Amino acid sequence: MSEWIVEVRNLNKYFGRHHVLKDINLRVRFGEVVSIIGASGSGKSTLLRCLNGLEPIQSGEIFIDGVCITRSGVNLSKVRQSIGMIFQSFNLFPHMTALENITLAPRRVKKIPQAEAERIALELLRKVGLEEKAYSYPAQLSGGQKQRVAIARSLAMNPKVMMFDEPTSALDPETVKDVLDVMKELAQEGMTMIVVTHEMGFAREVSHRIVHLDDGRIIEEGSPEEVLYRPKHPRTKEFLSKVINI
Amino acid sequence: MSFDFSALYRALPSLLMGATVTLRITSLSIALGLCIGIVAGLCRVWPSSVLRALSGVYIEIIRGTPLLVQIFLVYFGLPALGINLDPFLAGVIAMGINSGAYVGEIVRGGIESIARGQMEAALSLGMTWRQAMYYVILPQAFVRILPPLGNEFIALLKDSSLVSTIAIAELTRTGQIIITRTFKSFEIWSGVALFYFLMTYAISRIVRFSEKRLWYSE
Repeated sequence: MSEWIVEVRNLNKYFGRHHVLKDINLRVRFGEVVSIIGASGSGKSTLLRCLNGLEPIQSGEIFIDGVCITRSGVNLSKVRQSIGMIFQSFNLFPHMTALENITLAPRRVKKIPQAEAERIALELLRKVGLEEKAYSYPAQLSGGQKQRVAIARSLAMNPKVMMFDEPTSALDPETVKDVLDVMKELAQEGMTMIVVTHEMGFAREVSHRIVHLDDGRIIEEGSPEEVLYRPKHPRTKEFLSKVINI
Repeated sequence: MSFDFSALYRALPSLLMGATVTLRITSLSIALGLCIGIVAGLCRVWPSSVLRALSGVYIEIIRGTPLLVQIFLVYFGLPALGINLDPFLAGVIAMGINSGAYVGEIVRGGIESIARGQMEAALSLGMTWRQAMYYVILPQAFVRILPPLGNEFIALLKDSSLVSTIAIAELTRTGQIIITRTFKSFEIWSGVALFYFLMTYAISRIVRFSEKRLWYSE
């Protein structure tokens, strides 16, 4: 087993004629927390979506835990079982309770018996502080609660890496903290995480490494101190001067 | 001008018989149409482009030709190929195939109305496309499909009057026969209309009731 859970080599991605990801090279170690920052439209979310095969790429290679997912014929469903994905818009299943949302994939994909799956789900709901919402439907939950259920749902598959696509961007300010707290706890437990975020405070506090994506290109990469306080690239300086208040 | 509604009263038992034939032929056609339509609708969104194209052709042809012509084709046309069907079976087949195209479009529309994020979330959890369809997309689509499906059932019940042209003694045909005997056009056609209305009203109540039972807030 290699030391890299995620390895991206020379990735290029186009939407039609629009070149959205340009020669991306990125490696993430087991246990590492990497934040991807950058302006809207810089390709952050697209990069994340490429990493679990939701977006096809035009050239380059992506390895997840040693498996090349960009080769044809690869069993994507199998690979995705080890990648947790958190969306900006939660994407909880509205016709199921929180508990059913969490147990669906373990039961249907991993064939875990219902009682066992529910036990694990309740444990995860306790972990994200929502045990009492087990039988609530998504419509009855606040945005922050929905996102925490979504995190529990991903964790139920016991992933090796968790990817977060702007997890707090659609939230009311007062519920952001609960979600970030859950994410911090995960990071402290040693979960490998790739986080696309605008939360600079979170990126500084939690991540081991920050990657700045600008117009589809990685232009700066390093520890939070290096990137946030001593940026080398003028575009990074410009971007940070607009967003930072740390 | 005088009306003689006692003629309608005397005709009621026959009209009731005709109505039961209408109900039988319609419900069998609905069942057949649902089977075909669900398959056709799923094919419309299936990852395979061959299936998508095939179901597209089926739907376009059926929707682009009159039901009456389709009924004639099955009943009068197929014998030329050595396939002889009795009128009732021909009616059910023609109406079922016809309805399948409309149901197919309704099913496709319902599936496509479910936000793309639902499929992506399901795939991200490691489900296959089929599992995601079955457990996540279809249960949500079904709730949205019900109202237009109800409309289709009602339309089909009314359109079943067209099979009167191939000598099936359903409600419309029964009315015609009684009028040739009694000459009470207004009274009998009123009665026929009333029977149709009672049946379509029943369908719309049943659909409304199931909608309420199945509703969850989104």
